[in-house]
Amino acid sequence: MKTDIILAGVGGQGILSIAASIGMAALKINLHLKQAEVHGMSQRGGDVQSHLRISDKEIASDLIPKGKADIIISVEPMESLRYLPYLSPTGWIVTNTKPFINIPNYPELENVMNEIKKQKNYIMIDADSIANELGSARSSNMVMLGAASPFLNISFETLEQGIRDIFGRKGEEVVNVNLAALKAGRDFAEKNR
Amino acid sequence: MLGDEAIAQGAIDGGMSGIYAYPGTPSTEILEFVQHAPLAKERNIHRLWSTNEKTAMECGLGMSYAGKRVMVCMKHVGLNVAADPFVNSAITGANGGLIYTIADDPSMHSSQNEQDSRALAKFALIPVFEPSNQQEAYDMAYSGFQFSEKYKLPVMLRITTRLAHSRSGVARKEVKPENSVKLPENPTQFVLLPAIARKQYKDLLKKQELLEMESENSVFNKYIDADNKSMGIIACGLAYNYLLENYEDGKVPYPVLKLGQYPLPKKMIQRMVNECDSILVLEDGYPVVEELLKGFLGIGINVKGRLDGTVPRDGELDPNIVASALGIKQEFGSDKPKIVENRPPSFCSGCGHIDTYSAMNEVVDRYGRGRVFADIGCYTLAALPPFNAINSCVDMGASVTMAKGASDAGLRPAVAVIGDSTFTHSGITGLLDAVVENTPMTLIISDNGTTGMTGGQESNAVGKVEDICKGIGVDPNHIRVITPLKKNHEENVKIMQEEFEYNGLSVIVSRRECIQTLKRRNAMKFAKKMD
Repeated sequence: MKTDIILAGVGGQGILSIAASIGMAALKINLHLKQAEVHGMSQRGGDVQSHLRISDKEIASDLIPKGKADIIISVEPMESLRYLPYLSPTGWIVTNTKPFINIPNYPELENVMNEIKKQKNYIMIDADSIANELGSARSSNMVMLGAASPFLNISFETLEQGIRDIFGRKGEEVVNVNLAALKAGRDFAEKNR
Repeated sequence: MLGDEAIAQGAIDGGMSGIYAYPGTPSTEILEFVQHAPLAKERNIHRLWSTNEKTAMECGLGMSYAGKRVMVCMKHVGLNVAADPFVNSAITGANGGLIYTIADDPSMHSSQNEQDSRALAKFALIPVFEPSNQQEAYDMAYSGFQFSEKYKLPVMLRITTRLAHSRSGVARKEVKPENSVKLPENPTQFVLLPAIARKQYKDLLKKQELLEMESENSVFNKYIDADNKSMGIIACGLAYNYLLENYEDGKVPYPVLKLGQYPLPKKMIQRMVNECDSILVLEDGYPVVEELLKGFLGIGINVKGRLDGTVPRDGELDPNIVASALGIKQEFGSDKPKIVENRPPSFCSGCGHIDTYSAMNEVVDRYGRGRVFADIGCYTLAALPPFNAINSCVDMGASVTMAKGASDAGLRPAVAVIGDSTFTHSGITGLLDAVVENTPMTLIISDNGTTGMTGGQESNAVGKVEDICKGIGVDPNHIRVITPLKKNHEENVKIMQEEFEYNGLSVIVSRRECIQTLKRRNAMKFAKKMD
């Protein structure tokens, strides 16, 4: 069992918090893990991505080969399209629909959405609104993780446990907010896949 | 752990007493990790930032002189700054174990070039370790001190961005004790007077044979035989992983030499040349190994790699590039849609550099663009729209001296823009040149009180900028301090205009805290209150 995940977003959006949650869950069930991150210049509002690979066998490359990714998790709609060459024919796109517009030539949002809809397997989720409804705007990345959770080959309970471990130090309230966000994302994905 | 963190942990566990570095992507996280490591605190391992890579390396050499184990870290271009101590330290040799960790940046993710530090190590005759994964990175840092002490030589640990910033599990080893202070047996070992240097250089040349023997027997160099001898593959560092990625269960049909330690193991390579019809070299960075094997005329061995186009001449390797070199058929996902626009990095919202440049551009426009020499840091982003404000970014400190040269040539006004950390790194000496001649130029020090681009490390310039300028002789009447805020725009424009018009050297310190460090400080204050 191997899952190759591309995480995409804009520098500062915190895609690494999603990676850390998946990573924590993967380690709980003794999977091998490699995760390539972008540090440095692009973190200043540029496009950023992270390659996360989990497997029950040893993993060779830190980078996912093009055409092999099982899922693209993007916290920004245009960024989900940037990495299409990496997606396998059976792979899924799970993307937030809230655009992050920090360039003057950002395309028409409708065109971006149409491009996503041209793909075979996709979930489009307004993670920011869902997080807001739950009363915690900051947990939108956990909503995204929940939406991606059916495709990760990791049980939902293991993901929950990972989140408890990561946020445990910050108290029960923070843990519960993030668990609720995870669940809301999961429910949305189950209904809309 | 990140590759960088694995190196830091390996060095701590290997008995390191000090680490010296100047921040530079992708090497920054090594010293940062040591700063947060409990054992480093307990042992009081030296772990503060140095002013630049040269001072870092010289401090490292001093700690090695005193018998202790020490690591010096920098990015590849930092090694250019430290080239003088680097090359000479091969001739002095080491006393306490001395590791130079140099992080190369193929594909220039965050750099001006993609130079390959293995070439500089070969030039200096320093042995190199090149890990293929995070575990090897740990192991090499851990055992590198011992190797360095055995041959009384500094060693290079060469990594690339991909390894530095990629995460994987690492198994730790037993923590070793630190060395105690112990002076070199030979009191003139570090005195490179010609008569002594000549003798020591001969010793260094003699050691090369022993180092080659070490490479033959190294656990990091492996000859993995296979049946198909039509081709042999030499895979350096990370390239080995990309190679394995392309075969089911990592079973490569060709003989492979996995290379992680230099100088090159001659016997292993000889074997491959004897047994295989051709050789494919996979290496991240320059064709260092390939060029050696191919020779100038390329009439000996049949070598494939970057020089004949089997692998692109520039840029980072990846599994797909290696697959193409191996002739493996690949299927990519669909193309990136045309509507996807580039998203270059940009200033953070609320950044002080923005206000500095807004004022500067207004004044520069009165004379015409093309007269602003900038430097390395966040403020280099002003080269991009909408600012288009700067005309150079070459190396640390070059803003000051290029502005001086342009002023000497008659360009008036000539303007330099530098950050506070870059100013103390390499700007002060250039400013002294301008002081000596009272060169008509204006230096803007965009002072955000931190080393911003690399994530906000302590800047050695904090609290010292004006005193440094005064101390080296800048006329205090022409050292102006401004606060880059929108509400001060008109006043800042006026001050810049005055100093651009002044027929001599002036310095404008434009000071406002980095928005990122400010946010972090406030968050910590808030957290404290909550406690």
